[in-house]
Amino acid sequence: MIGFLARRAVGLAATLAGALIVVFLMVRIVPGDPALLFLGEDYSPDAYAAVRRALDLDRPLPAQLAEYLRRVSTGDFGVSFRTHQAVLQAVWAQFPYTLVLALSSLAIAVGLGVPVGVFSALRRGRWADHLTMLVAVAGVTMPSFLVAILFMLWFSLDLDWLPSIGAGDFAQPLTVVTHLILPAAVLGLSSAALIARLTRSTMLEVLGQDFLRTARAKGLSGRRVVRGHALPNAMTPILTIVGIDLGRLLAGTTVIEIVFGRPGIGHLLIDAMRARDYPQIQGTMLFYIALIVVANTVVDVSYALVDPRVRFG
Amino acid sequence: MSLAALRGRTRRSVRMMRSWPLRAGGAIVAGLLLVAATAPLLAPYDPSAQDVFSHSQPPTFAHWLGTDRLGRDTLSRMLYGGRVSLTVSVGAVFFGLATGVAAGLIAGFFGGFLDAAMMRIVDVLLAFPIYLLAIFVIAILGPSPVNTLLAIGVASFPRFARLVRGDTRVQREASYVEAARGIGAGDLRLMFVHVLPNILAPVIVTGSLLIGSAILVEASLSFLGLGLPPPTPAWGLMVSDGLVSILSAPWISIFPGLAITLAVLGFNMLGDGLRDALDPRFGDVR
Repeated sequence: MIGFLARRAVGLAATLAGALIVVFLMVRIVPGDPALLFLGEDYSPDAYAAVRRALDLDRPLPAQLAEYLRRVSTGDFGVSFRTHQAVLQAVWAQFPYTLVLALSSLAIAVGLGVPVGVFSALRRGRWADHLTMLVAVAGVTMPSFLVAILFMLWFSLDLDWLPSIGAGDFAQPLTVVTHLILPAAVLGLSSAALIARLTRSTMLEVLGQDFLRTARAKGLSGRRVVRGHALPNAMTPILTIVGIDLGRLLAGTTVIEIVFGRPGIGHLLIDAMRARDYPQIQGTMLFYIALIVVANTVVDVSYALVDPRVRFG
Repeated sequence: MSLAALRGRTRRSVRMMRSWPLRAGGAIVAGLLLVAATAPLLAPYDPSAQDVFSHSQPPTFAHWLGTDRLGRDTLSRMLYGGRVSLTVSVGAVFFGLATGVAAGLIAGFFGGFLDAAMMRIVDVLLAFPIYLLAIFVIAILGPSPVNTLLAIGVASFPRFARLVRGDTRVQREASYVEAARGIGAGDLRLMFVHVLPNILAPVIVTGSLLIGSAILVEASLSFLGLGLPPPTPAWGLMVSDGLVSILSAPWISIFPGLAITLAVLGFNMLGDGLRDALDPRFGDVR
């Protein structure tokens, strides 16, 4: 197990280092001068020089990269052009909002997707199966911003059940919860749809295998066969899709945070993009990637916990 | 063609004809492409023509899907919007497919350092979700139709490169490749004439599934004001335009939103159906 964890840690570090270099190079290899791209048409020579200095553009590319890596290794991701705040500080300030949204959405996605997928698989070919899969297909194909608009129309404006804009106040936890329900539901439902479809197909595959026939022949109840034998064997592919979906879910927070006017790192990223605030874009993008890579590593490690073949393979 | 190969091809054709997702998805996609291609003939109004005296009107006989805040006909804008959104999304996936297939073929065929270096880059790019990578590329290049196409194309490139590289490594060891090499075929001929046709099926499936994602990414970028600039009649932009009057005129946002849903549904069903038909592991098509 220690060897497995060590291999995963090395892979994690390598991917993060690669992402760092890719993000750095992509900003620099753009045709034209990044400083001019940021400043637009109206700028003073002083402002131009300040931006070039801030981006370290006066030096050769390898020297810029070495300096950037050195700074990042000390936690210095630069200073935002727009707010003059340290990039990482701005990200950390927004992170709790995105984390709460992502985790709540994940809970909805798994809590709804897995049972619906199992339910659908156990009723294969019946109307309940067709209906749930139809809803799942709609969930996967509808753009999240459209679902968000419809939810806001129904639940906030028509029924007046839930607030539609903002994130509430952490000093009043109930407002945080009420502000979270709609965005988390929108984000979670599309992931739930994907997880339900995969759970159904994986369960159908597992349900047809010999060891389940044996379990049934031993006289085990249907519930025990599903819970004790089928579901644990279907968990590895389900975990894979949850891992892949985590990235999609985190990326999806950008649109949801904008539509619902919530603070968060997605909102921060889009604001930075609109202002062409390169240090903030670089830092926020790297933070996103780090989150996704760490989340995927956690999922990989959890494979090892549910499936010993992964540990020893 | 040998009898066995003919039988295999016939079986595959039968599977394709029996697959209802393939037929339904194919019909939706064909319909959308046809409508997009003939938009100037079908659109009842100029998509940019403003009529401030009939703004935000609900669906009527004169304007089947109503009008937007500036009095532009929603149906005409949706038809033209289909052209723009589909061109960008399909073009982006083709760009990713062309570059990804070329990179994957070269890496898988030659192996060694080139393969290792290219695949490390691909692995890093795969850590970025398509949408996030596209946002990042747009952040660097700036919003425009061509940049949106490039952004989504760059984001889909590693998916094709990884897939093709793996299949190429298997195929290059196959006896038919050895035989072709034996009769003097060069590397380029081996790669593009012999290996490529044998690895195309999963590429086509991935391509059609990725077009669905590309439509969603393009719509999301346009919705956020980071994709196609106004007054381009793009579906995502139309949804975003309608937000201001969502209470009084919800159709301005909802109809283009449904068009996005239909397009994604069509390409996803087409991709699912193609996978069922082309992948022998999915032999039992229901």
